[in-house]
Amino acid sequence: MNEMTKVTTAKDWASDQEVRWCPGCGDYAVLKAVQRTMPDLGVAREKTVFVSGIGCSSRFPYYMASYGFHTIHGRAPAFATGIKLANPELDVWIITGDGDALSIGGNHTMHVLRRNLDCQILLFNNEIYGLTKGQYSPTSRVGTRSPSTPFGSVDRPVTPCSFALGSGARFVARGIDVHKNLPDVLKAAHAHKGASFVEIYQNCVVYNDDVFASFTERSVAAEKQLWLKAGEKMLFANGEKGLALDVDRLCLKVVAGDDASVIVHDPKNKGIAAMLIEMPQGFPVALGVIYEDPAPTFESAVIEQNAAAASGKKADLQALVSKGQTWQVEKEPHKL
Amino acid sequence: MATATHLITEDEAASHSSAEAVVVRFAGDSGDGMQLTGGQFTLSTALAGNDLATFPDFPAEIRAPQGTTFGVSAFQINFGSTAIETAGDQPDVLIAMNPAALKVNVDQLREGGLIIADEGEFTARNLAKAGYEKSPLEDDSLAKWQLVHFNISQLTLDAVKPFGLGNKEALRCKNMWTLGLALWMFDRDRQPIVDWLKQKFAKAPELAEANIAALNAGHAYGETVEMGAPFKQHHIAAAPAEPGLYRTVTGAESLALGLVAGAKLAGLQMFFGGYPITPASALLHHLSRLKEFGITTFQAEDEIAAICSAIGASYAGQLGITSSSGPGIALKTEALGLAIMTELPLIVVNSQRGGPSTGLPTKTEQSDLYQAVYGRNADAPLPVIAARSPADAFECAIEAVRIATRYMTPVMLLTDGYIANAAEPWKVPDMSGYEPFPVNFFEQRPAEGEGVMPYARNDDLARPWIKPGTEGLEHRIGGIEKAPGSGNIDYSPAAHQEMTDTRAAKVNKVAESIPDQDVCIGREGAKLAVVGWGSTFGPIHQAVRRSIDRGLDVAHVHIRHIWPMPSNMSALLKGFDRIIVPEMNTGQLKTVLRDQFLVDAKPLNKVSGHPFRIAEIEAAIEQALG
Repeated sequence: MNEMTKVTTAKDWASDQEVRWCPGCGDYAVLKAVQRTMPDLGVAREKTVFVSGIGCSSRFPYYMASYGFHTIHGRAPAFATGIKLANPELDVWIITGDGDALSIGGNHTMHVLRRNLDCQILLFNNEIYGLTKGQYSPTSRVGTRSPSTPFGSVDRPVTPCSFALGSGARFVARGIDVHKNLPDVLKAAHAHKGASFVEIYQNCVVYNDDVFASFTERSVAAEKQLWLKAGEKMLFANGEKGLALDVDRLCLKVVAGDDASVIVHDPKNKGIAAMLIEMPQGFPVALGVIYEDPAPTFESAVIEQNAAAASGKKADLQALVSKGQTWQVEKEPHKL
Repeated sequence: MATATHLITEDEAASHSSAEAVVVRFAGDSGDGMQLTGGQFTLSTALAGNDLATFPDFPAEIRAPQGTTFGVSAFQINFGSTAIETAGDQPDVLIAMNPAALKVNVDQLREGGLIIADEGEFTARNLAKAGYEKSPLEDDSLAKWQLVHFNISQLTLDAVKPFGLGNKEALRCKNMWTLGLALWMFDRDRQPIVDWLKQKFAKAPELAEANIAALNAGHAYGETVEMGAPFKQHHIAAAPAEPGLYRTVTGAESLALGLVAGAKLAGLQMFFGGYPITPASALLHHLSRLKEFGITTFQAEDEIAAICSAIGASYAGQLGITSSSGPGIALKTEALGLAIMTELPLIVVNSQRGGPSTGLPTKTEQSDLYQAVYGRNADAPLPVIAARSPADAFECAIEAVRIATRYMTPVMLLTDGYIANAAEPWKVPDMSGYEPFPVNFFEQRPAEGEGVMPYARNDDLARPWIKPGTEGLEHRIGGIEKAPGSGNIDYSPAAHQEMTDTRAAKVNKVAESIPDQDVCIGREGAKLAVVGWGSTFGPIHQAVRRSIDRGLDVAHVHIRHIWPMPSNMSALLKGFDRIIVPEMNTGQLKTVLRDQFLVDAKPLNKVSGHPFRIAEIEAAIEQALG
C-alpha cells in the first residue's frame, strides 16, 4: 500500500472545520499529534476512518480530513466493527473518552478488545465528564468533588489499561496529551495488527485542571514517568532508578539504575504488564507500549470462515428459494 | 374453511359437501417432541397437496417440569382441499400425550371433536400434576367430545423392543408412534418421514430403525384396530393451486430468503448484526448458513451493538440489517435515530411478541406498531412495512430493501412470533421475474474549490451514498444537526427547520413509489370495511369471505405499508360507511387511521397471546352491520 499512497503532510490531514474545544484543552495537543503522525504511517486519507462516540474528544473526527463518523454515546466500537467487517481495507481509529469507553460504553470496549478487531482505540482520559459540565467519571479518584458529587465521589475508579488487559487486549499503551513521545506511541499502535488500546492522559483545563500534574509536571517528569521500550531496561529518573521484580512478594520494586536486577521490558509478558499498569504511590507511571502480543484479528477470522463456508458453493438464488422438499402442482386438481 | 366435516353425524353429512378441512392439535409435554411431530406431519400434508397453516404454541421454558400444565407444548395444523389462511379456530382432533396436555387444550376442541389420549401417561402422579382428582378418561367429564384412548407408551415400548433401547430412549419414540397413527388417519405417505429419520439419525442407525418401527407400528395400529365410528380414515383431497413448484416455508425462512433476494437485486453484500431473542433468532440462524451469498452475520454483544454494527456496515457500503423483538428494538432506538439523522439505508426486522417488558416471549402479538411508527425521540420518521403471512414476508423483505436503498433510510419491517414460526405452502418464485434495483454509489469528485456535498438531494430527496475508500470524497457525518448540502455541523434555526422538514418529506415521498391500497375481498364503498395489518390477515379474510357468502356488504382491506400509507388510502377509507380494525393489541392501527385520515375506525382487540378466531371477527362484522 505504501508505494501507492501519496505522500501527505500534517496539513493534508486537517479538515476545513473550525476546532471548537476550550482554549488550552489537551485535545488540541492530541489532534496535532495525530495529524503529525498520519503522514508517517503511509496511509491514504480516503482509506482512513475516524469513528467516535459522544463527549468532548468525540468531536475529533470532524477535524480530520479523512472519512469520519461521529456516532452515539459509548457505541463507537460497535460501529467500527461493522465498518471493518464490511471493508477490511479501511484503517479504523476509534476516538473515545473515559465516560464514553468505560461507563456507558464499557460493554463494547470489552468486546472489541476480546475480539481483537484491527483498529486503534485512543481513549482520552481526563477523569471527568467535560461536555456535560464537570460530573465525576468512572476514572475519577475517590473524593472527586463535582456538581453530582458535591461531597466527593465515593466509588472507586477503574484503571483503563487494567480493564483493557483483563478484556483480552493484545496491545496496551499509555501516552500523555502534550508529551513529545505521543506520536511514537501512535505509530506503535498503528503498526500493531489487532485492537490497539492507547490511554492518553488528557488535561481538562476547565473541570479537572492539573489532575495529572503529579507526574506530568516538568519538574517531576523524570522521577515520575517510566517510558517503556521493548528490549531495554526499565529505567527512570534519568537512569538513576530502575524496576526489578521482588520475587518473594511477586511484585515490582524500585532499585538503583545500575542494579543487575533491573528488568528488561518484554512487552509479551502479561504478568509484568499487569504490575506496571497498577503501580502504587511512590512508583513512576508506566508509559509507552506496556503490553503487545499479537494474535489473529477478528475480521481476518470472519473473512477466512466466510470464504471457507462459501467455497465450492454457488450463490444460486433460484436454487436457494427452491430448496427443501418441494412438490409440483401440474394443474388444478379439482374444481370446487 | 376451518370447520371439519369428516367427523359429522350422518344427518349433518347429508347437508354438507365432502370434507374440506381438518384442524389437528398435537399436545404433549415440552420434552415429548410435539413441535417435531407437527413439523413432520406438516411436511407430509404439504406433499399430499393440501393447503395448510400451522400454529406452534410452546412454553417459554425450554424444559418445564415434566407433566405440568405450564410445560405443555402444542402444534396445531389446519389443512384442507380449499384455501387455508388460518391455523383454524377450533381443533377437530386433539392428540393428548398426557393429562396436562388434555387439561390445557381440551376446552378449545370443538364440541363433538375427537380426543386421542395416551392412557399410559394417565397415572395417579401425572393426574395430580395436571390438577385432576380422578382420571377424566374414566368419568363423564369429556362427554361432549368423542374419546378414544389406548396405551401409546406401552405400544411404543413393544414396537421398539427389538432394538434394545433403554426405557427412556424407547419412550422418546412415542411421538413417532403418534405421528404414524396420524399419517394413517389422514392417508399420508410415510416415506418422506422414513427418509428424514434416516438422515436425522445417520450416526445412530439403531435410533433411526427404532423410530421407523414406532412410526410403522402407529400406522399399523390405526389400520388393524377396530375403534368404532369416530376413529376412521379420512381422505382430504388436494387443494386447488396455481400450477408450479411448491415448498413449505416459515416466516423466518421466507424473510431470510427475501432479504438475500433484496440484497442481490440491489447488488449489495449483506451484513446482518443480531443478538439472540425469542422469536427473532431464527432469522440470524438462517442467514448465518448462507455465506456463499456474500453475507456476513455478526452475533453482537447486545442489541445496541447489533444495530450499531449494521449501521457501520451500511456506512461502509453494505446492506446493514438488524433484527429483534420489541424489547430489543427498544434498546436499538437511539441508534435508529442516528441512522435517520445520517440517512443511511438499514433494515430493522421486528418479530413482535406479547409485552410489555419480557411479557409473553413465545406468544404472538402485534403491539409494536406505535413503537415502529412513533417510538423514537424527536421527529424521526421512517418507513414501516408489515408482513401478513409467512409467504408474504418474502415480498415484504424485498420491498424493504428497495425502499431503504432508494430513499437512503432505515426501514422497519414488522412480523410477529406467529408468522416467524408458522409454516405454509409457498409457490417458489421465479427470481428472473423480479426487476433489479441496483445501488449506484456516488463517486464523482467535486469541482476544484468546491466541497463534498454528502447531503445533496435527488428527486426522491435521497442523499448520495458515498463509501469510505472513495478518493476525493472524504467527509464527516454524525448525529449532530447539519447544514443542508454540506452536512457540516450546523445548529442554526434555519438548518434544523429545513433538515427536519426534508427528513419527513423524504419519508412521505416513499408513498409515490408504492402501489395503491387494494381491497382484497369485497367491494370499494361497501357498508363495512374490516381493515387489518400483519398476521391477522388469515382470520379477517376468512371471516369477510364467509360474511360475503351470507350476503353481507363487507370488504377486507389489509395494509402492508403502515408508514407512509398508500396515496389513495384516505379516499378509499372514506368510501366505506363503517370501519372496524381487528388487532392483536389495544388499538394501535386504529389510532393511526384516525389520526391520519379522521375516519371513525372502531377497534376490535385481542391480546390473549393467541391469534384471532374467524368466528370472533365474523361476530364483530355482524354486530357492526346489525
